[in-house]
Amino acid sequence: MANQVNVFAQNQPGRLERLTEVLLEEGINIRAITISGADEYGVIKLLVDDPRKAFEALQREGFSAFMKEVIALVMDDQPGGLHRICRVLGESGVNVEDAYGFVFQDRKTAILVVEVENVSAAGEILGSKGLEFLSDDELYSL
Amino acid sequence: MSADVEHWNPDMELLGREDLEALQLERLRKTLQRCTSSPFYQAWFRSADFDPRKVGSLADMSNLPCMDKDTLRDGDPTRFLTVPLDDIVRMHSSSGTTGQATVTFHTAADIEAWAELVARCMYMTGVRRTDVFQNMMGYGLFTGGLGFHYAAERIGAMVIPAGSGNSRRQIQLMRDFHTTVVHIIPSYALYLLEVFGELGLDPRTGTDLRIAFIGAEPHTEALRQRIEETYGVDAYNSYGLTEMCGPGVAFECPAKQGMHVWEDSFLVEVLDPVTLELVEEGEEGELVFTTLNREGMPLLRYRTHDLASVHPGECSCGRVHRRISRIKGRSDDMFIIKGVNVFPMQVERVLLEALGVGSNYRIVLDTVGSMDEMRVLVEVAGELWRGEVRELNRLRRKITEELRQEVLVTPLVELVEPGSLPAGEGKAVRVVDKREHARGD
Ligand SMILES: [Zn+2]
Repeated sequence: MANQVNVFAQNQPGRLERLTEVLLEEGINIRAITISGADEYGVIKLLVDDPRKAFEALQREGFSAFMKEVIALVMDDQPGGLHRICRVLGESGVNVEDAYGFVFQDRKTAILVVEVENVSAAGEILGSKGLEFLSDDELYSL
Repeated sequence: MSADVEHWNPDMELLGREDLEALQLERLRKTLQRCTSSPFYQAWFRSADFDPRKVGSLADMSNLPCMDKDTLRDGDPTRFLTVPLDDIVRMHSSSGTTGQATVTFHTAADIEAWAELVARCMYMTGVRRTDVFQNMMGYGLFTGGLGFHYAAERIGAMVIPAGSGNSRRQIQLMRDFHTTVVHIIPSYALYLLEVFGELGLDPRTGTDLRIAFIGAEPHTEALRQRIEETYGVDAYNSYGLTEMCGPGVAFECPAKQGMHVWEDSFLVEVLDPVTLELVEEGEEGELVFTTLNREGMPLLRYRTHDLASVHPGECSCGRVHRRISRIKGRSDDMFIIKGVNVFPMQVERVLLEALGVGSNYRIVLDTVGSMDEMRVLVEVAGELWRGEVRELNRLRRKITEELRQEVLVTPLVELVEPGSLPAGEGKAVRVVDKREHARGD
């Protein structure tokens, strides 16, 4: 399983800058970042090469951070890849809380990050259906 | 009661200073005598080594310690009673729905005396039996509604017990029943003006309004003038507090140069809030009242925590009852919004209950458009959530709803990052009052 760092942030100028600065100071590499939000505040979700270190650094710097297990699914690098995953998710009855995708720089590998309620149960179901997912280390080594 | 052209109760309103003070002393001694039958005062007098029978002048009261809201809240409120509980016909409560509220008990005679006082106030500004009075205040535990209601009926005016809110219906009532007098929260008066505008109406020509009582909320002289101009009315400021009775403690006469404290019913002192010594005449201090005409639950040297000054000299209207200025602020951190008293402690308790842990917070009072708004900023610590926006939204809704139930005003709850609010520097910084009319004139 992979870990994602969720950070509470007010929608104010300079907050994202401060956050990335902290990660830079720690030498942390950001794989992917998304921001989901209400009007005045939101949650920044970070996929990084060292989630534990990032989480601790952000907490130390006063951010309200939370470490969350997610499923990082490898998508087929061809048309219909996402559709296949979504079909499996639907058939398995896994309730997706949030999801986002990104493509690695080599533009060959696409990843779909899925947040679900019960990660280990969902991981087992999806694994049994032949879906491939990555650990933190595997994400980093890609 | 025999009203003359200008005075509802000329006997009391036109007393000379000497006679007034003689009456005060007589009533004070009666009040102290009553107090000796209350369990609270028995112990209070004893612990202060104060002999109520030895009070020979008004100044002798300075030998008795002051009491305040905390004194009232500290235990069973019935211990203040000087009559059997069966003689109590009404209770009122200042604010809050839980333990923090203070309770005031009234006998039938107390209710009579209160209505009589407010009638005196209303009559003084020109309300007569021919008037139609629309009472746009909350009824219920809050004294602003019933206090004026009874008084207006006593004068013989027709009362429309409209209550608060429902702006379009308020305007409809004014027009259908030719309302001439309203009792309204000043910030609501401004808001209602916008509604008049939306309906394409001008209150100056579209209504029969001529008098507005704008109390229950601090406001500036500028706001009063604006209400007077836009509504085409005379607007009068008033002062009261639930612990004394409610409205009717002090009221403006047509001279509009301060509010006459009805000194036949209340002994007023202006004290330095720190030393509790009398301030110089005309200087600002905390208003401290002693009830002089209260049966059920007399209060002696009750600290209001309201800061004001007494206007020197006599009023052009001929009443010698001393006049107090607008309330300049509070000597503690309680604040009033939309006519409701709110203590930061109430907010703190709600947050503690909603979050399960203590959280740094701040209350910001602001004027948005023409309405007062209460914002509550809460720091979201890491342990309060598990990483989802959805949870935060739920948390915010929960806090909003629970605060609304506690303080009876719907706040705007904002979740902010940990460390973004100044850390606990005492109670004072918990409340930031940015309202335009927050501080006197
Ligand atoms: Zn006067």
